[in-house]
Amino acid sequence: MEWFLTGIIVTTFFILGASRLAPCIRIAAVQGAMLSVLPILARGSVTDPHSLGMFFGTFLIKAILIPILLFRSLRQSKIREEMEPTVSRHLSLLAGGLVVVLSFSWQLPNLPGSHSPLIVPTALAMVLLGFLLLVTRRKAVTQVIGFLVLENGVFLFGMTLATEFPITVEMGVLLDLLVGVFVMGIMINHINRTFDHIDTTLLASLRETE
Amino acid sequence: MLHLVLIVTTPPFFLGVIAKTKAFLAGRKGPPLLQIYYDLLRLFRKGTVYSRSSSILLRLAPVMIVASIFSSSLLVPLLKTAPIRFEGDLILFAYLLGLVRFMTILAAMDVGSSFEGMGASREASLGALTELAFFLGLVALSAMTRSTSLTAIFEWEGGHPFWNPALLILFATFSLILLTENSRMPIDDPTTHLELTMIHEVMILDYSGPDLALILYGASMKLFLFMAFTSSLLWPPTTANIWMGGGWLILKVTGMSIAIGLIESANARLRLIKIPQLLVANFVAAALGLAIILIGRGV
Repeated sequence: MEWFLTGIIVTTFFILGASRLAPCIRIAAVQGAMLSVLPILARGSVTDPHSLGMFFGTFLIKAILIPILLFRSLRQSKIREEMEPTVSRHLSLLAGGLVVVLSFSWQLPNLPGSHSPLIVPTALAMVLLGFLLLVTRRKAVTQVIGFLVLENGVFLFGMTLATEFPITVEMGVLLDLLVGVFVMGIMINHINRTFDHIDTTLLASLRETE
Repeated sequence: MLHLVLIVTTPPFFLGVIAKTKAFLAGRKGPPLLQIYYDLLRLFRKGTVYSRSSSILLRLAPVMIVASIFSSSLLVPLLKTAPIRFEGDLILFAYLLGLVRFMTILAAMDVGSSFEGMGASREASLGALTELAFFLGLVALSAMTRSTSLTAIFEWEGGHPFWNPALLILFATFSLILLTENSRMPIDDPTTHLELTMIHEVMILDYSGPDLALILYGASMKLFLFMAFTSSLLWPPTTANIWMGGGWLILKVTGMSIAIGLIESANARLRLIKIPQLLVANFVAAALGLAIILIGRGV
């Protein structure tokens, strides 16, 4: 379990430090796949229908459907692949490290029934890293990836309550995420058609024409 | 005793192993395994030429470098225990290696050649980044084993925690530090002779004869030391029998050399501007390793 949690944080670092978009999406897919294994590990049994359903649902949506959608919008908007972050990549990596250290150093309560002391800090770190990605990147696609990372953190936090959560709620959240990414893909296309690129900072200069 | 024999005689051999691996992967025959020994012998028989603008520093540096690498090697438990050990010796270990870098840089500046100054500035800036990660890694190790002596750290009281993700992260961190410190391929190319791109090689342009031999020998010793140190993280030194320990050490360092050869054949040299990012990532990874260790212990 700790292996997967560590792997998830390391993949987030890769996303923070990556210089091109396509590897970024692939790494996000790997992260989703790692995340989908966790419910089975948390329950400790492979045959349990609840955790199996969670595994297949999460894997299908996070590791297959969302990357496909992202790649599609990447192809359709025909954008340059470089990241162009507002903060340099060194700095965003260092900030990421700082965020992780901070979220690990708070004495967070270990929830009853959770399986590893790492889960809660990791979830917090993921949420904060997702925010960091959202704030420091200019392209709409990378912001979607930041949103995904953030959501993964929330999912991870939900893992600590996995035994109490009904499967329908989990599936509903997952479908919401899928629809969210879908809508964001359409948005990216629209932004792209109007502005010829998907730099979201330009949206700030929108005004009504007279 | 075997410790001393190993550290004095074997290091150049592993440079041969790396060269042979690279040659094999490139489809060449490659130099013989003991080529570095022949080079050293040839260089030791030559005379030295000193630049007129250089001072005593240039003459002092090779001896200082070899001496400090040798004394830092006495602190690392290659076999069961290190010949010299005391609480907190990992700080001395790190600073002796820092002294090596300091002397190299100082001697390079001493000559007054602009190329060597450039190399020195690069070495200093990379060194500033690797040393942070190196110290953080050492801190993580001592937090893991609750001891501040390298010998005690590599004893792994209560079993070697192989199934600990933090250890793998530290292994990756120290591997990258190994490549950086010894100017291996993705960071610096040890075989290049294009002054604009080299880091370590440009700093030793002004040495000749026995001095160059000492520098070369010191570099191979440092590489051996780092390989032994890094591989000891995942495969700790065995305690059973001193001869078996020695054989095991040779085996794992040979493995590391082959791995370095593989990495060097598969990767091109990184652009100089990309290197700091890699090192920053390395530093962050070390910080993550430390965080995992601390939270995993429930401190």
